[in-house]
Amino acid sequence: MRRAEIITALILGLFSLYFMWKSGEPPSWNPDVGRFNNIGFDDSGTPGGGFWPFWLGMIMFGCCLWIGVNWFLKKSPASKSTEPFLDEFGKKNLFAVSFGLLSFLILIHVIGFYGAILVFLIYYIRFVGRHSWSATLGISLAIPILGFFFFDVAMRIVLPKGYSEPLFIPLYDLFL
Amino acid sequence: MEIVSALFDGIYVALEPVNLGLAIIGVVVGLFVGAMPGLGSVNGVAILLPFTFVIQNFTGGATSPMIFLAAVYYGAMYGGAISSIALGIPGASTAVATTFDGRPLALKGKAHVALMTAAIASFVGATVANILFTGFAPVLASVALNFGNPEIFALMLLAFATFAGLGGDDFPKTIFSICFGLALSAVGFDIISGEPRLIFFDIQGFSHGIRFLVLAIGIYGIGEMLWTINASKNKTTMTSVEINFQSMTAALLRFKEALKGTTIGSFLGFFIGILPAAGATPASLMGYGITKMASRNPEQFGKGALDGVAAPEAANNSASTGAMLPMMTLGIPGSPTTAVLLAGMVIWGLDPGPLLFSEQPDFVWPLIGSFYVSNLVALIVNLAFIPIFLWMLRMPFTILSPIIFVLSLVGTYAAYMNMFDVWLMVLVGFGGFFMRMLDYPVAPAVLAIVLGPIAEPALRQTLMQYETFTIFFTRPIAAPITIAAIILILLPGLKFLLKKINK
Amino acid sequence: MRKILTLLALGLSMLTTSFAITTNAAAWEPNKPIDFIIMAGKGGGADKMARLMQGIVESEGLANRPLVPTNKSGGSGAEALLAANSATDPDHTIMVTLNSFYTTPLRQPGLGIDILTFAPVARMAEDTFLLWVHKDSGITSFEQWLKVVKKEGKNWVMGGTGSNSEDNIITDFLNENFDLKIKYIPYKGGGAVAKDVAGKQINSSVNNPSEALGFYKSGDMVPLVAFTDERLPMFPEVPTLKEKGANFSYFMQRSVVGAPGMSADAQAYYTNLFEKVYASAGWQEYKSKKSLMGDLMSGNELSAYWEKQRGNHESILRASGAIK
Repeated sequence: MRRAEIITALILGLFSLYFMWKSGEPPSWNPDVGRFNNIGFDDSGTPGGGFWPFWLGMIMFGCCLWIGVNWFLKKSPASKSTEPFLDEFGKKNLFAVSFGLLSFLILIHVIGFYGAILVFLIYYIRFVGRHSWSATLGISLAIPILGFFFFDVAMRIVLPKGYSEPLFIPLYDLFL
Repeated sequence: MEIVSALFDGIYVALEPVNLGLAIIGVVVGLFVGAMPGLGSVNGVAILLPFTFVIQNFTGGATSPMIFLAAVYYGAMYGGAISSIALGIPGASTAVATTFDGRPLALKGKAHVALMTAAIASFVGATVANILFTGFAPVLASVALNFGNPEIFALMLLAFATFAGLGGDDFPKTIFSICFGLALSAVGFDIISGEPRLIFFDIQGFSHGIRFLVLAIGIYGIGEMLWTINASKNKTTMTSVEINFQSMTAALLRFKEALKGTTIGSFLGFFIGILPAAGATPASLMGYGITKMASRNPEQFGKGALDGVAAPEAANNSASTGAMLPMMTLGIPGSPTTAVLLAGMVIWGLDPGPLLFSEQPDFVWPLIGSFYVSNLVALIVNLAFIPIFLWMLRMPFTILSPIIFVLSLVGTYAAYMNMFDVWLMVLVGFGGFFMRMLDYPVAPAVLAIVLGPIAEPALRQTLMQYETFTIFFTRPIAAPITIAAIILILLPGLKFLLKKINK
Repeated sequence: MRKILTLLALGLSMLTTSFAITTNAAAWEPNKPIDFIIMAGKGGGADKMARLMQGIVESEGLANRPLVPTNKSGGSGAEALLAANSATDPDHTIMVTLNSFYTTPLRQPGLGIDILTFAPVARMAEDTFLLWVHKDSGITSFEQWLKVVKKEGKNWVMGGTGSNSEDNIITDFLNENFDLKIKYIPYKGGGAVAKDVAGKQINSSVNNPSEALGFYKSGDMVPLVAFTDERLPMFPEVPTLKEKGANFSYFMQRSVVGAPGMSADAQAYYTNLFEKVYASAGWQEYKSKKSLMGDLMSGNELSAYWEKQRGNHESILRASGAIK
């Protein structure tokens, strides 16, 4: 936990610095303007486009330093803790869920939302949750079908179909 | 007296079978749309807008279509509380504050009490707003007109001040979270300079900004879910709720604990709602914050205080009705949802604006009447559906959690129709999980991303026009709001100092 | 698992080809919901119009598949342009545009958008602009306005939608040609601008009639001059800027475009569809009620119009220093 605390603070600190650097970026059509030209007030006393994000980034960076100091002094609960950040169950579980979600996202691009939902639910309910096949298939089939009627048919929010699009053409014929 | 008889005529029209039927259908549809994470009242109203042209073909006139959309609006506002409480995911920005206490209640097995309180508080909030609307609409319109950019910024400052107390015990982490949300709200496009900005790694997907629901669904739908799985080891976390007549009436009776929150929320919500650009989200936040300040046991907030559920729900429903006021009397939408309603009114051939009340009373009064009717219908429908939503909570956790993941992904897509946002949402979710593990408070970040895009332009427009910061202290409406906000911000520091001195 | 996937892919590809064969014979018609991108946020002028078009298509049953509207307002329309440009199925992707169609690709060359690759479907109308002040200012004519604004110098505040946008372009023109020092404040939407004129938060605006109509009818806002070629039928007593001796008029296009790569058959289908929308009573009524001008334009004529407009905007933006 102690190590996770400082690593997170470090990453967030780096992000804050990147954020500040990015705030000062000149507009794309006019590279002649210098970086960090927009973070102060202009002639009329109006803050520029980079003002708000730059100074917020600065405060964020300051907070990260402060978190670092607290870590060094062992002042925050997380920096005192000797427990591991994730125990055995935590690691396994995080892996199982991230693998599932990542595959889900990739599958959406390949076989579309409804196919991906089906695969993801089968994976999760059967292989992570260890429920019976009948429960797994019942839920995994019911949700995409209900989803199609709720989103595509009733709400007219057409979810991406990926390469499974041709399968849906006859359904569009029937319901839309 | 004239108003009262006009109102009763209006209610009479709204109770005609066609209109009442449309109100019921609208409320039910709205309830389900609102209960879906990702879809809120704005989606519901926008999606069903074309359907109203079909209604208009049958009934003629603008009254029935508008009654239908208003019912959807009400239904969705009630529904938003359901996903906040039952799933822990705020489906729309207006319902974020409802999770603060609604979620802990659900985890304690008191989901039915929370849902019941939310429903009744919503009803009271909307009713108070309806009465104020009926009585004072034309007078209040002029208040909205006097609200310029300096006042909007002052109000945002006050909203920040009321939720500065929402953070955790770790001071730098709370400040980080607020700034993080505000900073992310700046990503995308700067309307003042007309330039894209903060396009991370030059990925064009960031050009439309990091949107509220990407952050909210990521943090609550994925991050919190991962955290809960990790903490509970996949065992059911919720004590299941007894659903029977007795437990329901007992839950109903507990509403008296939420009277203070409901009252504060109802009145505050309406007045914030009528201000252009503010809308129901700041209203629900401030309702929560102020109720917490006024409460005799503020330490209960965040752990399952009923006042903490009632205040934001009363406020957001009240504000939603309030937001109709500038829309109808000035033709200026106070929120994205009223913007769509306004578009609808224009398409049906009405001219919302200063003359609507005098030129089209045949439309206005049935509509106001339908607010009362829809609100009552929404309460009844909502109470009837509570057992169904509670039944969902009894599912085994390894079935409920993948369904929540699916809803999170589908909901994000449905809200923005953009796969980039879905990827970003999942990424935010994993980030949120790590932050949650290390006690970074996440709520301030989620709220800051809603208020940031209102506050920043208002500040810069003000300074552009008046070229001085003192303007916030010299305008008659802005000054008291600014001063109140500064006092609230400094209050914790002052208390701390006083303690030190006393020692 | 891999075997199953290959099998699935094979099956799908066979299905696609068989469908392609069956649909080729007849005239092109959409076979799935049509992605209807709106290059503006919910509730704005462009959004209202897009939803009106969708409503007309829906209630008169003009298309065999629904139009599914999606608001993509990010980056002053950059989001919409990119989405249309990279549409996987250009035959089912159309977009409602306004003048940011010209200015956004000019201001953000990094997007790599060439607007002439978009399919010209139909220009549905041109929106007009007028100069508005509050009635309490006591100003009733353009000459009087010039005198007051000259005296006020940079204390005269003009509100408008966005930076380097239509409203900004008109304000720049006024500043330059009449030797004024108006301060321009960018807002997010035209409704908020009109409200702030009516609430006397700012001094003037160049709102579209549709945005200011309510306050005009209630008598709060007064139009002084129209930025059109001829007087508007709705405001017959308001002179045009041309009458006042400046050779300047400015319009906002309200057009429907197809995604780059749209087939000619599909383009013909959509042009035909929007011709029907244009001819409908609902559209004509809206057009006259909101004081819109411009006749229907499509095909090569529309492309030529875009090319000319893009040239105009390029020189305007260059003159004001918004691009190089």
